[in-house]
Parts: sequence; C-alpha cells; structure tokens
Amino acid sequence: MAQNRARPISPHLSIWKWGAHMATSIFHRATGDGMAIVGAMVLVWWLAAAASGKEAYDYFLSWAVHPLGKLVLVGLTWAFFQHLASGLRHLVLDIGAGYELKTNRFWARGTFVFGVVMTAAVWGYLLVVKG
Amino acid sequence: MGNGTGLGRVRGLGSAKHGGNHWVLHRMTAVSNLLLMLWLIFSLLRLPTYDYATIRLWLEQPLVAVPMMLTVISIFWHFRIGLQVLIEDYVHEDGLKFASLAALSFYTFGLGALALFSIAKIALTGTPN
Repeated sequence: MAQNRARPISPHLSIWKWGAHMATSIFHRATGDGMAIVGAMVLVWWLAAAASGKEAYDYFLSWAVHPLGKLVLVGLTWAFFQHLASGLRHLVLDIGAGYELKTNRFWARGTFVFGVVMTAAVWGYLLVVKG
Repeated sequence: MGNGTGLGRVRGLGSAKHGGNHWVLHRMTAVSNLLLMLWLIFSLLRLPTYDYATIRLWLEQPLVAVPMMLTVISIFWHFRIGLQVLIEDYVHEDGLKFASLAALSFYTFGLGALALFSIAKIALTGTPN
C-alpha cells in the first residue's frame, strides 16, 4: 500500500528518546531486582553469620569493611533509596495523580536526586561522623 | 472429542479474579517495607559498633528480633512478587517460565527460612560467652 510520507506516522517501538520518566521506570526494576538478589544474599549472610558464631561473623565483617565490600554496600544503599523514591512515585501514579508532563518529569528527576543525596547522607554519617 | 465445557476450556488460562490481589499485595508490602526498612536503617545507624557482641546483644531483644523477622517476611514477599513480574514480562517460553518461577520460589523460601531461623536462634539462645 502506498504511504503518504508527509503524514505523521504512529511512533514505533524503536523510535524514542530517553526521558527521566523512562529512566526512573527501568531503574526501579533494576534496583529492585538487584536488591532481591545481591541485597537479600548480603542480609541473609549477615544474619546467618551472626547466628553461626564469632568466627563466621568476623569473616563476614572482613568482607564488609573491604573496599570491594563497601562498594557493594554503598551500591545497595543507593539502590534502596532510589527504589524507595521511585516506589513512592509509583504509589502516587497508582492513584491516578502526577501524569501531567512537567509534574511527571519533575518527580522522575527528583527520585534520582533523592537516591544520591540519601546515599551520601548515610555513608557520610557512617564514614565521617562515626569514623 | 468435543471442545469441553466452557469452564474446562478456560481453566488454567486466566486470573480467575485473583490477579488484583497480587497487585494489591505488592503495594501493601511496599508500604510495610518502607516502615520496616526505615526502622532497620535508623536502628543500625544508632548502634555504636558492628562487631559480633554488639550485633548479638542487639538482635536478641524481642523488640528487635520480631521487627527483623517481619522485615525479612515483608521484603521477601515483595521481591518474590517483583521477580515474578519480571519473569512473566521477559520469559515467554512456557517450560522455561515454569522453571524460572519454580527456581524463584525455591530461592525465596530457602533464603527466607535461613534468615528467620538465624534470627530465632539468636533471640532464643542469647549471646554465647
């Protein structure tokens, strides 16, 4: 069928540009799944090590204070606050609010600011204030 | 053979009006996760140190062990639903989807049981000398 190229055509799956709202959506899923796998294992390792005895717990601690371990913990902290912020945003969207373009973009961007600021606050407190 | 009864043809194919419950539980556990995780983070930040003795003495208190168990249940329930949605979104081959969902259940219940048992052991046996 002949197509008039001057006519606007329906957007296709492969034609889009990144926006804050899209990033929020995929980050919500990625941080959630990341925490479900890495976060759950770290939490259970910590609890099981504490239940097993001092030796097992000290071995856990040796990883937790290692720079690589710290990187994982900082990453999980960020994933948590990012997921928390975008999750709260989802609860608002679920009741049918916040779909206006500017409002939607503002809060989508806000989730990233919240995630980074809260991670910095927690680790700033842990490393600087508590030492 | 005929085409079966109307009920027989649709059985196993749809949500049978329980699909909404799954969605609501995801939101309910999101709210309980929020409350419990804020409790956990603030409690951990208030601890003076994170060595073995401090953590054991902290975890064995009833008002710590119980919210910690609730945290594990709430989080695991929530991520079990979230990962199920992920699998249903991306795994379309029936056999692989079934295997993935089964593996997810084993992972969730296995890890969850270990977490709950560990908390219970600490709470019920106290801190060893």
